[in-house]
Amino acid sequence: MSVDKDTVRRIAKLARLAVPESRLEPMAGELNGIFQWVEMLGEVNVEGVPAMTSVVAQKLKWREDKVTDGGKADELMVNAPEGTDHFFVVPKVVE
Amino acid sequence: MSDLIAMTLAEARDAIRAKKISSKELTGAFVKAIEAGRPLNAFITESGEQAMLMADAADRRIAKGSLGALEGLPLAIKDLFCTKGTRTTAASKILGNFVPPYESTVTQNLWDAGAVMLGKTNLDEFAMGSSNETSAFGPVFNPWRANNSNANLVPGGSSGGSSAAVAADLCLAATGTDTGGSIRQPAAVTGRVGLKPTYGRCSRFGIVAFASSLDQAGPMTKTVRDAAIMLGTMASVDARDSTSMDVPVPDYEKLLEGGIKGLKVGIPKEYRIDGAPAEINALWSKGAEWLKAQGAEIVEVSLPHTKYALPTYYIVAPAECSSNLARYDGVRFGHRASGVHDITDLYEKSRGEGFGAEVQRRILIGTYVLSAGYYDAYYSRAQKLRTLIKRDFDQAFEKCDVLLTPTTPGPAFAVGAKTTDPLEMYLQDVFTVTVNLAGLPGISVPAGLTETGLPLGLQLIGKAFDEATLLRAAQAIETAADFKHSPAKWWTL
Repeated sequence: MSVDKDTVRRIAKLARLAVPESRLEPMAGELNGIFQWVEMLGEVNVEGVPAMTSVVAQKLKWREDKVTDGGKADELMVNAPEGTDHFFVVPKVVE
Repeated sequence: MSDLIAMTLAEARDAIRAKKISSKELTGAFVKAIEAGRPLNAFITESGEQAMLMADAADRRIAKGSLGALEGLPLAIKDLFCTKGTRTTAASKILGNFVPPYESTVTQNLWDAGAVMLGKTNLDEFAMGSSNETSAFGPVFNPWRANNSNANLVPGGSSGGSSAAVAADLCLAATGTDTGGSIRQPAAVTGRVGLKPTYGRCSRFGIVAFASSLDQAGPMTKTVRDAAIMLGTMASVDARDSTSMDVPVPDYEKLLEGGIKGLKVGIPKEYRIDGAPAEINALWSKGAEWLKAQGAEIVEVSLPHTKYALPTYYIVAPAECSSNLARYDGVRFGHRASGVHDITDLYEKSRGEGFGAEVQRRILIGTYVLSAGYYDAYYSRAQKLRTLIKRDFDQAFEKCDVLLTPTTPGPAFAVGAKTTDPLEMYLQDVFTVTVNLAGLPGISVPAGLTETGLPLGLQLIGKAFDEATLLRAAQAIETAADFKHSPAKWWTL
């Protein structure tokens, strides 16, 4: 499988990452180098092998369904690049 | 002054308990050493003033007779651990001037035990790298240089600031995180000890996430004993990390005693790779002899899927990274691009400006392998390979208690030597990455010097949650290797 410039543009869009036009071609080259290398996984017979879901045998813990934290709107806003009162300010989303 | 900073964590602890030194004296000496050590670029944020306040508080507690396990002991913290009120960067521009309003569980455990924070250490951006060269805050220089050379070498990565700080006596010990080798590889190339605990041993709460199924915090120290002391405090079950395990944390330091008579040490034959320097394989054989001489039994074992570990990792880790790093959007915290025309533009430009080249590369790989039409061919297959790799270890551990391998394929390399081809950098983790994929504990112990005078480490791999046996075996290597070397302090000249 080979990645071309258009594929990089498409993945970058999916990843919400602005990749300058001049970087698309070199990035395709770098990704191809990596994908060609991982192709070696294709030589292993994985039929009937379960995909790993948890590296250490354990059941996901349950806890009581109750509020344990919160009321920290002021703290949450401290690092906001742009905010007003308890709202994050973003460009207009709905016309 | 210089003997204060050269102490091990255990020596400093005992000196404080015996009231031979105060935490303020000790902390003051490190604050000065950190200032003098600035040419190494080991710290992103120094917190000397706060450290002196913490030391003062520790001294007052000591005077009252209350002693935590790490009372008054100054430590450096990898800048991937959130520290309340102290800027946390992950060595990325995207976090901007992020000041966490909360504390990571691991660091909270350290402060609860009385430890003092000296500052936040440099790392590869989001812990993605093996040389500390992807940091947005510049590379860290290894305190070690080759004989008769002034060339700057890398301190390993991603915990390169922590490894340099420990090796240069800028702290008693440091925290690191290890996703594919990021504690063990930097410890090895700086001649110090680095321990990656079992997945689930330490809480990941408050550690900036890279690959959640692989990330694990651990100590970087001068000695195996120090690693045992640190782990005892860092480890805990935590309601805020559902993958942290509710298993007892034993007194690792006490369990160091007892020797290794009858211990079965496996030598995985697949770790003898073509092209590895002869010095690496010679040291490995020597390590096996050291253990044998102390009563261990050496057995050959096979881990047949070893060669698939790195390519498996470079699907699984980027996939998790692309998902974890989706949170950086320029809206709630961190860097935000200016002059944008809509919300998508805001996301794309903020992320494009904020993430460095290696992080962008991994986000793209991850997005690709998780995208429609490729998921089965890549991600699903990699997760099956991971099962096979773990199975290899399960089978090997039926025949032995620990495994012995080299830590790295070579010593520290020159700054800039491996930055053009990403694959060449990835190969640094060839011996360490298997351990993360299988969730096991691994430790690197300094074991010798190359002909050019650079440190090399040996790695021991243990059974899940059996860090005690791992540490005991590591101490046996440490005793036999008798590695007493330290780098010449060229940066203070």
